[in-house]
Amino acid sequence: MDFSFTKQEELFLQMIREFAEKEVKPLAAEVDEEERFPIETVQKMAKIGLMGIPIPTQYGGAGGTNIMYGMAVEELSRVCATTGVILSAHTSLCCAPILEAGTEEQKMKYLPKLASGEWIGAFGLTEPNAGTDAAGQQTTAVLDGDQWVLNGSKIFITNGSYANVFIIIAMTDKSLGTKGISAFIVEKDTPGFSIGKKEKKMGIRGSATTELIFEDCRIPKENLLGQIGKGFGLAMKTLDGGRIGIASQALGIAQGAMDETIKYTKERKQFGRSISQFQNTQFQMADLETKVQAARLLVRSAHYKKDHGMPYSADAAMAKLFCAETAMEVTTKAVQFHGGYGYTREYPVERMMRDAKITEIYEGTSEVQRMVIAGKLFK
Amino acid sequence: MKIVVCIKQVPNSSEAKIDPATGTLNRAGLPSIMNPDDKGGLEFALQLKEKYGAHVTVITMGLPQAEAILREAYAMGVDRAILLTDRKLGGADTLATSNAIAGALRTMEYDIVITGRQAIDGDTAQVGPQIAEHLDIPQVSYLAGLDYCEECKTFKCTKETEDGYEILEMQAPCLVTVLASAVQPRYMSVNGIVTAFEKEVEVWGADRINVPEECIGKAGSPTSVFKAFPKQLKPAGETFEVTPEEAVELIINKLKEKHII
Repeated sequence: MDFSFTKQEELFLQMIREFAEKEVKPLAAEVDEEERFPIETVQKMAKIGLMGIPIPTQYGGAGGTNIMYGMAVEELSRVCATTGVILSAHTSLCCAPILEAGTEEQKMKYLPKLASGEWIGAFGLTEPNAGTDAAGQQTTAVLDGDQWVLNGSKIFITNGSYANVFIIIAMTDKSLGTKGISAFIVEKDTPGFSIGKKEKKMGIRGSATTELIFEDCRIPKENLLGQIGKGFGLAMKTLDGGRIGIASQALGIAQGAMDETIKYTKERKQFGRSISQFQNTQFQMADLETKVQAARLLVRSAHYKKDHGMPYSADAAMAKLFCAETAMEVTTKAVQFHGGYGYTREYPVERMMRDAKITEIYEGTSEVQRMVIAGKLFK
Repeated sequence: MKIVVCIKQVPNSSEAKIDPATGTLNRAGLPSIMNPDDKGGLEFALQLKEKYGAHVTVITMGLPQAEAILREAYAMGVDRAILLTDRKLGGADTLATSNAIAGALRTMEYDIVITGRQAIDGDTAQVGPQIAEHLDIPQVSYLAGLDYCEECKTFKCTKETEDGYEILEMQAPCLVTVLASAVQPRYMSVNGIVTAFEKEVEVWGADRINVPEECIGKAGSPTSVFKAFPKQLKPAGETFEVTPEEAVELIINKLKEKHII
C-alpha cells in the first residue's frame, strides 16, 4: 500500500485546508454555542462539490476517491466537528447506500441532487429500543397495493431536520428476524412523516440530531432500496463505510486538539519558560502525536481497501475504535495542558473534548467495534 | 471573448522566516503558491467567463515546478494552460520577463490580458504595464473592478487610486493589472481537482516565442541587484487611555520628540 498522496490528493488537501480555515473555523464556536446548523457552510461546500466527493460524475458527483472524502471530513472536523459529521452522515449514510443498492432510476433521481448539495441526506436505523441491538427494529413497513406503509420512530438522526432524503430501515417481516428487515428511501415532505424533538447534546451541538416519526407514512413501492429482506445487510455495510467517516472525524478532532495544544504550550509561560519546554509536556505530546499518526494510517488503510474493492469491515472498525479513543485521550489531555483556560469556552479544546465523546458512541460504540474485530478473529 | 491571464508561482512569504544570522529570507521549505494578485486576476477572468462566455488561458513563466499553479488554475476552471520554461529565460528581470511573455502573447489571440498588480516576491508592479507597452495595447493598472459591455465591446475598469476610484472604459485588445484585495478568488472545485491532471499543460520553450535572445533571460536583464535586505518590522504601537485634551498635548509632545514639529 502506498501511503503517499497522489497529485490530486495533494491539491485537494491544499483546497480543503484553506476552505476549513477560512470558512469553517470562524463559525465553529458560534455554531456550538448557539446549537445552530451551519447551513451557510453547507451551501458553500455544495458550491465546490464537497457534498458529492466520491459520487461518480455520471450521477452528478465529483468523481473523487474515498481517501479524498476522508481528508475532507478530517480537515473540516479539525476545526469544527459539527461540520465534519454533517458531511459524513450525508455522504456515507445516505449517498453511499443509494449508490450501493439503488436501481438506476433511484440513482438518477436522488444522487445528482444529493451530490450537488441541493438536497441533504440522512439515515435512520436507531430506535429507542434498537441501538447496538439494531436487529430489534420496531418500525414496520407493510406493502399495501403499490405503496409501502411505514409506522414507527427513529431517534438520534444526524441532519434530521435539514435532510430532504432519508434512508429508513424497517421491519417488513418480523418472523424472519434480520432477514425480515428492508431499506427504504423516504422524502422529506411525505404525508405521515414528521420530524420529532431535537436532541440537546453534549457535543457536535450544531448538527441537527432529531427524532423521525412515521404514522401511516405511505411511500411508492419503488422506494424500496435494494431487495426485500436485505435491509439489515445494507445497513451494516453502510455503517462499515460510515465508520471510516467517523474515524476521519475523530482523527480531525484529535489533530485539531494537537494543533491548539502545541500553539498554547509554546505561548504559555510558567516558572519562567514556555510549558512546551518541560519534559512532561514533551513526552506526553510525543506519545499523543504517535497515536494520532497511527490513527491516520489506520484510516488511510481502511479507505484504501474500500477504494480498491477489498474487504474492509474490520479495518473500518479498527480505524473507528482507535481514532475515537485517541480523540478522547488527546482532547482530554489537551484540556489538561490548557489548565483552567482549557476548561473555559475561551479556548476551543473544551469544545473538542465534548465533540470527541460522541465518536466513541455513534455509528457503533467502541464495544461494537471490538465485537466486529473479534468476530473476524474468531470466525 | 478570449482572455489570457498571466500568473506567477511565488514563495508564500506570509510564512517566511528571516534567517537571524544572515538577515535574508529563509526559502528552505517555504511552500509555493499562486501569487495573490494574479489569483485575483484569474477570478475576474472566470467571472467574465461565467457572465458572458469566454475562453480563459493561463500562462506562467518559470521553473518546471510552476506547473503546480497551472493545475490549480485548471481546478478553478480555466480552459488552457501554458508553461513557458527554458534555461534561456532564466535570471530574467522584469524587462526580460515582460519581453518573453509579450512574445508568447503575440502568438495568441486575446481580447484582454489580465495580470496581477505585483508579485509578493519582488513587489515591482512592472511586468504587467511593460507587457502592455511591448504589445502596444491600452492598459489600466490597480484594478478593483472589471466588467464588460457586450454592445460596445469595451471593458469597464474600476481603477483604485489614492483618492478613490476612477471608472475607465477600454477597447479590446487591452491589459489590466489586478489587486488581490479587489475580489475573493473561488476555491478549486472537487471535480476540477480530480480532472486537473488529465488536462494538458502546454510546455513552451524560448524558441516558441520568437523574441531575440538578447532580450530575454539574463542577457535581456539590465537590472543588477545591489543589495537584498528584509523589510524592517515596525514596532508595536503604543496605546494611551487619555482625554481628548490630554491626547492633544501627548501628540504634540511626541511630534516634538521626533523633531517633526
